[in-house]
Amino acid sequence: MHADPRGVLTGVHFLDGDHACCEGTLAAGARFAAGYPITPSTEVVERFASRIPTVGGIFIQMEDELAASIAVQGAVWGGAKAFTVTSGPGFSLMMEHIGYAAMTETPCVFVNVQRGGPSTGLPTLPAQADMMQARWGSHGDYGIIALCPNSPQECFDLTIRAFNLAEEFRVPVMLMLDECVGHMTEKVTIPEAGEIEIVPRRYTRKAPAEFRLFEPREDLVPDMVRAGQGYRFHVTGLTHDERGYPSMNVATQDASVRRLSDKLKPLSNGRAIWETADLEDAEVVVVSYGITSRVAQRAMELARQRGVRAGKFRIISAWPFPEQRIADLAGRVKAFVVPELNLGQMVHEVERAAAGRARVIPVSHAGGTVHDPAVILRAIVEAAQ
Amino acid sequence: MAKGFVGITVERCKGCGFCVEFCPTHVLALSSAYNSKGYHPPHVVAAEKCSGCDLCGMYCPDFAIFGARHAR
Amino acid sequence: MSEMTLDIPCEIPAEAHNPVEPFLRMDRMPHIWCPGCGIGTTVNCFTRALLDSKADLDKVAIVSGIGCTGRVAGYARLDSFHTTHGRAIPFATGLKLADPELQVVVYSGDGDLFAIGGNHFIHAARRNMDLKVVCVNNLTYAMTGGQTAPTTPGKVVSATAPYGVFEPSFNLVQLAEAAGASYVARWTTYHVKQLSRSMEEVLKKKGFCFIEVISPCPTLYQRRNKMGDGLDTMKYYKQASKVRHGAPTSECGLTATGEIVVGKFVDRDRPDYLELLRAQMTETLGERFAEPEVMCEC
Repeated sequence: MHADPRGVLTGVHFLDGDHACCEGTLAAGARFAAGYPITPSTEVVERFASRIPTVGGIFIQMEDELAASIAVQGAVWGGAKAFTVTSGPGFSLMMEHIGYAAMTETPCVFVNVQRGGPSTGLPTLPAQADMMQARWGSHGDYGIIALCPNSPQECFDLTIRAFNLAEEFRVPVMLMLDECVGHMTEKVTIPEAGEIEIVPRRYTRKAPAEFRLFEPREDLVPDMVRAGQGYRFHVTGLTHDERGYPSMNVATQDASVRRLSDKLKPLSNGRAIWETADLEDAEVVVVSYGITSRVAQRAMELARQRGVRAGKFRIISAWPFPEQRIADLAGRVKAFVVPELNLGQMVHEVERAAAGRARVIPVSHAGGTVHDPAVILRAIVEAAQ
Repeated sequence: MAKGFVGITVERCKGCGFCVEFCPTHVLALSSAYNSKGYHPPHVVAAEKCSGCDLCGMYCPDFAIFGARHAR
Repeated sequence: MSEMTLDIPCEIPAEAHNPVEPFLRMDRMPHIWCPGCGIGTTVNCFTRALLDSKADLDKVAIVSGIGCTGRVAGYARLDSFHTTHGRAIPFATGLKLADPELQVVVYSGDGDLFAIGGNHFIHAARRNMDLKVVCVNNLTYAMTGGQTAPTTPGKVVSATAPYGVFEPSFNLVQLAEAAGASYVARWTTYHVKQLSRSMEEVLKKKGFCFIEVISPCPTLYQRRNKMGDGLDTMKYYKQASKVRHGAPTSECGLTATGEIVVGKFVDRDRPDYLELLRAQMTETLGERFAEPEVMCEC
């Protein structure tokens, strides 16, 4: 189906990533947001608070991130498309509820505008050091989807994609901005509502007597429902059977918890989202995401000028990790260079996927600003030797 | 005939004694029988005094007893 | 109806059934609560209130946190949510705002609502969010083995206070009133009629409503403190309770063996969250204010 025009600010705009993300939520059909102020993410909900009363929906500033991250889920079960927004310290607080969303298969979006950490860190400066946390931050085995925009335009586009993936896979989706992308202002083109594809919530067509809230379809994803329709359903974070009833035994644990990760497998190969360039003759592939990919772009151009055959692999869906594609590339390149605004996070996934068939060279940075392209260039040149 | 009657689901009872204690007309007493979990469920000892008020049912934490009025 | 194999049978009409059963997920019986625990008793009262208020059960949603009382959501045959520890109220907030036609009841315990959940309780009360909160207060963290709760009175022992609790304990009704609740009442599990009536009242009232129900935890709280079993505790409630409607909540503190003030203490009318939102937005935006249609299309 197409976007509801009431939420679509069609036109050519000059927006920063946070603002563009907000427009993305509205275009995607989100009509409920719960948030808590935290730099550098706050503008997303500030804009939502000023837009939503004329679009038709609700923003509520909750008392903390624990409340915001679960209010969003209550709203989803009441029938809303909903999201929350935060940065590092708030992301940490939200972890229990990200796990709850994964376990109860609640489709919703969590936006993290990453900043320097750990702890209070650098509230106004960029980092990309929450990437592993996005995947593993809550306890237990579960899967999530994470997307990394590298421009305000992508902040708009990928927000819509995030909501669509959440509905398709009945899973929480992490939208991993960073402070640079969130606060940089660029041209953002918002199309007509009719040109924006929205994945509708996959509400069940079954009658209450036959419906089971956690019974998977062939694609391993169960249908959804909302309160007030007579389904008398039960949602619990306890290990549960297909009816949603607590069923705390080994067999149910194995069946249900495995499926939470298995249902996302398509995203680690065929459905993964990336951008590539110059891979045909590449000897070194630069794997990057978010703001670092913009800097890496410059480094790759300089490398090519020097005769080094550098190729680009820009991760857009970071989780599930696009391991199949990296594994394929590992077979025919000398090395991967992985610059990140952290001390090495996604690089470990590249190493894992490469499985020793290519060298993997991290270009780490503790955060606070972007890499100097010269540093990435040096790594590319060394990798080619 | 009594105004009311009591229905007891023996297997659910945990012998807490609330119904016996709070029946206003002392219709019930704990029996000497056991259910399969080893509890003594109540039984009706003064059926003619039952008004069907369902206080027993309101008190029972295990949903094991209820009272109701006979249809006229 | 199950067979009765007892000393003196009595005549039961064939079609008779326990009136609470249609409200329960009978396929999940028996429940996990202990002999003499009062949670099941409160469920009977809730069932009675639902019946008497003629609530549309398809539109009643129940949200629980974690703990013994938190298991109520799993047993009630309604749209039910067993959420995270302490967070039933913010979950319920989102649920209610997405679909204001739902009657959203929060049913949880004292530790869940007032220790880890305390912050959420006071803010929902402050906002006068249209939620009906039933707190079964057994003065302990029962599910995890009887640890000290903010409601545990001095100087009883608990699993984490083996030498006696020395912290002052919360007066929940005073807290609820101070935070802004529109309806505040306290009963015990002895007061089944009054509790049912209070529950029925709140189902018909808009705004943040709070009912505290004092309940036995015979396995942990009472046993550790040699206070007898569930029945002994119920007799204590009967003897020690004093109905004082409208009493100042500051005078309603609880002690381990003293008087229990019960009754309805607060019943006031204030605009609820959505009414306040609409009023403010209409005043500032006029015709530009769009009716909040939060539910997504499908």
